[in-house]
Amino acid sequence: MKLRLKIWRQKSQDSDGAFENYELDGVSSGMSFLEMLDFLNERLVSEGREPVAFDHDCREGICGACSLMINGAAHGPQQEVTTCQLHMRAFRDGDEICIEPWRSAAFPVLKDLITDRSALDRVMQAGGFVSVSTGGVPDANTIPVSKNLADLAMDAAACIGCGACVAACKNSSAMLFVSAKVSQLSLLPQGQPERGRRALRMVGQMDKEGFGHCTNTSACEAACPKHISVSHIARLNREYLKASLCGGEEELLSD
Amino acid sequence: MDLDAKIPSGPLAEKWNRHKFEMKLVSPANKRRYRIIVVGTGLAGSSAAASLAELGYQVEAFCYQDSPRRAHSIAAQGGINASKNYPADGDSIFRLFYDTIKGGDFRSREANVYRLAEVSGSIIDQAVAQGVPFAREYGGSLANRSFGGAQVSRTFYARGQTGQQLLLGAYSALSRQIGQGSVRMHARKEMLDLVLVDGRAAGIIVRDLVTGRISRHAADAVVLATGGYGNTFFLSTNAAGCNVTAAFRAYKRGAGFANPCFTQIHPTCIPVSGDHQSKLTLMSESLRNDGRVWVPRKQGDQRAPHEIPPEERDYYLERKYPAFGNLAPRDIASRSAKEVCDAGYGIGQSGLGVYLDFADAIQRLGEKTVRERYGNLFHMYQKITDENPYQIPMRIYPAVHYTMGGLWVDYNLQSTIPGLHVIGEANFSDHGANRLGASALMQGLADGYFVLPGTIGHYLAGITPGQVTTEHPEFGDVEKQVRDKIGKFFSSNGSRSPTSFHKELGKIMWDHCGMARTKAGLEEALRKIPELRDEFWKNLRVTGNGEELNQQLEKAGRVADFLEFGELMCRDALIREESCGGHFREEHQTEDGEARRNDAAFSHVAVWEHKGKEKVPQRHQEELKFENVKVAIRSYK
Repeated sequence: MKLRLKIWRQKSQDSDGAFENYELDGVSSGMSFLEMLDFLNERLVSEGREPVAFDHDCREGICGACSLMINGAAHGPQQEVTTCQLHMRAFRDGDEICIEPWRSAAFPVLKDLITDRSALDRVMQAGGFVSVSTGGVPDANTIPVSKNLADLAMDAAACIGCGACVAACKNSSAMLFVSAKVSQLSLLPQGQPERGRRALRMVGQMDKEGFGHCTNTSACEAACPKHISVSHIARLNREYLKASLCGGEEELLSD
Repeated sequence: MDLDAKIPSGPLAEKWNRHKFEMKLVSPANKRRYRIIVVGTGLAGSSAAASLAELGYQVEAFCYQDSPRRAHSIAAQGGINASKNYPADGDSIFRLFYDTIKGGDFRSREANVYRLAEVSGSIIDQAVAQGVPFAREYGGSLANRSFGGAQVSRTFYARGQTGQQLLLGAYSALSRQIGQGSVRMHARKEMLDLVLVDGRAAGIIVRDLVTGRISRHAADAVVLATGGYGNTFFLSTNAAGCNVTAAFRAYKRGAGFANPCFTQIHPTCIPVSGDHQSKLTLMSESLRNDGRVWVPRKQGDQRAPHEIPPEERDYYLERKYPAFGNLAPRDIASRSAKEVCDAGYGIGQSGLGVYLDFADAIQRLGEKTVRERYGNLFHMYQKITDENPYQIPMRIYPAVHYTMGGLWVDYNLQSTIPGLHVIGEANFSDHGANRLGASALMQGLADGYFVLPGTIGHYLAGITPGQVTTEHPEFGDVEKQVRDKIGKFFSSNGSRSPTSFHKELGKIMWDHCGMARTKAGLEEALRKIPELRDEFWKNLRVTGNGEELNQQLEKAGRVADFLEFGELMCRDALIREESCGGHFREEHQTEDGEARRNDAAFSHVAVWEHKGKEKVPQRHQEELKFENVKVAIRSYK
């Protein structure tokens, strides 16, 4: 099939960007979206033109590296897929496809479609862990966890940290991302001792990074390739409130 | 080349404990004076960086991805082995050790493998303490499933995302240390060379992938946790960025490279669908617990799978290997698939595919249970192929997946370069000629959490910290070489992209150094690869420049190393005149097509030493001694 691509091009973080148009013929429906971009890039290189830079790695929907707003939707038109799992059979011959990087002040564009998502790492560094060091832990089966809780924690833990929730949100809120980790660890017995501290610290860092507030539109859940539920945001709010009122703050202050 | 494996004396079961006592220690107050570089943040790298920082060392961690959480360990699906024996089905440290040695076709070191089995249980304890949400039984205890090459259920799992959950566990430990300032994380930085001072690893040269800036980093020890070299084949289950550069640079600086021809072809991947394809997607081995592999009994049968009655199907793994059936080890399952396809029984348009059928499992367990066990894998399959595996059997075919070969290391995980340690898939040590399913996660984490943090102290205790700085002339020399090489990529000004060379190399490798190898084929590859390499340097086109984010330049650097490394793989495969594990030489097979090992001539590790540009590398041998297992013909019948 033949496509008309409208792609955001930007030389570096400091330079201005603009859309450029490309006609691409010979795309097959079995290609993944990223393979279509590979195909475009091979063509650009053969013409001596600068190829389009985009983030990608595992190409099987788990590493969270790929991104892209495709016709205004994070990871494209389909539900529960990352861009690398999106195939060109989702499009039709003659389609115009608009491709942009994630849009959020917390994710500055580095080049073309590549953004800097290190803010998410810093949120994790603020508290997205259980403070255990290697060794000296009890036998795994001495910590029983009910199957239902383990399953629920796993639903939250499935987050791949791609940032689609932020990109889809009109406020650039990272609440779904933060809630996935807070929720996972607050559901499990291992996460209890630092429960309040974790919620306060991760939310604190999230605010510092310039992510916006949550206004409950659920756009994040709709865009999430792992279908992480907004009910985790409700749990985060509960955790945060409880910690603010009942002692989590003191724990934080005692740091 | 000194290949003393430094295996501790004493009975097998006591070696590691004895060694832990005999190793020198660095006192807690002195640890902060030592700086350690860790390259790569997969399971091995993240767990090592976190554990070393917890101990008090200064750690500098590097990864080429934008975040340490994205390393390709994340894509491991099925599970992690540990000899916990929770199901009380007869497992033990010795059994896991034995299964791994046998699974590796008696080409790995007894002492290393025993230690791996010994610490396997602690990995599960550690991960659970971190909050890794492993699958549970209703009573709250951990669930297990079985995997290829074992007759016990020792595999722990988190749905089909075990690698992701274990990596995020290690990443959380690493994040905690980064937050505390005890690890300095350098993301989007690629190691381009290793610096030696007085024969010891003293640091690395790195390119910032965003700005193009080249920088020097000095340390008292360097740890490579840079994964495997499966992408030499272009098409593999590896991530697009996986590469051999760090390991190959170390090899060129004097580190021995062991068994490069030992590559693992995974039996259950989604078949290739066209020449635009950029990667192959694995379908977890765990699927073979409930899926049955078959092809039609009639050659070229074009009927839809449900139209073929059971008596006209050949469940060839169950037929050939009744004791292990669909759970035969990977090398055997892959070769069997190739065999039936080569004989004309393959399915799909290309004839390069076999069915993996869940109809019986769905009938026996119900769709709900099957969905619970494999839901995300079925979902992934459907997204890629547009077919519903609850209704139509999956089509699968083998693909390059893992590399057992790697930089040679001794019992302390130190390479032939003092101070250079190698962990995880990047080393060669534990899987012999074939890795069993769910053992990669085990080895990566064993190395990173429990082995390296002890053994590196033994090395550090023998040196004075902080002796070498980046001002040393060696750093200047190596940096200049790195810059010259980058300049060379832009100078040829040819017409072909780096990817086009990579694809061509991949085809040569798959055709001649893939699932079945022959003398003639390998010799042909050894002619073709240098020709391709010549063309690469004459006709390469890299757009842009070196002082910016330039993915073409990154790719060119990696392909340049694959083009040299592929030759080493073929050379190793040519000399190893036997079939063992993933290395199958057609000249060496039994009458019924099984691999025929040659223990008299090849019961050793082949270790390659770089002898200089355009010179033939030298092959050394580390003899393998088996004192605790009886070396036998591997049978899964």
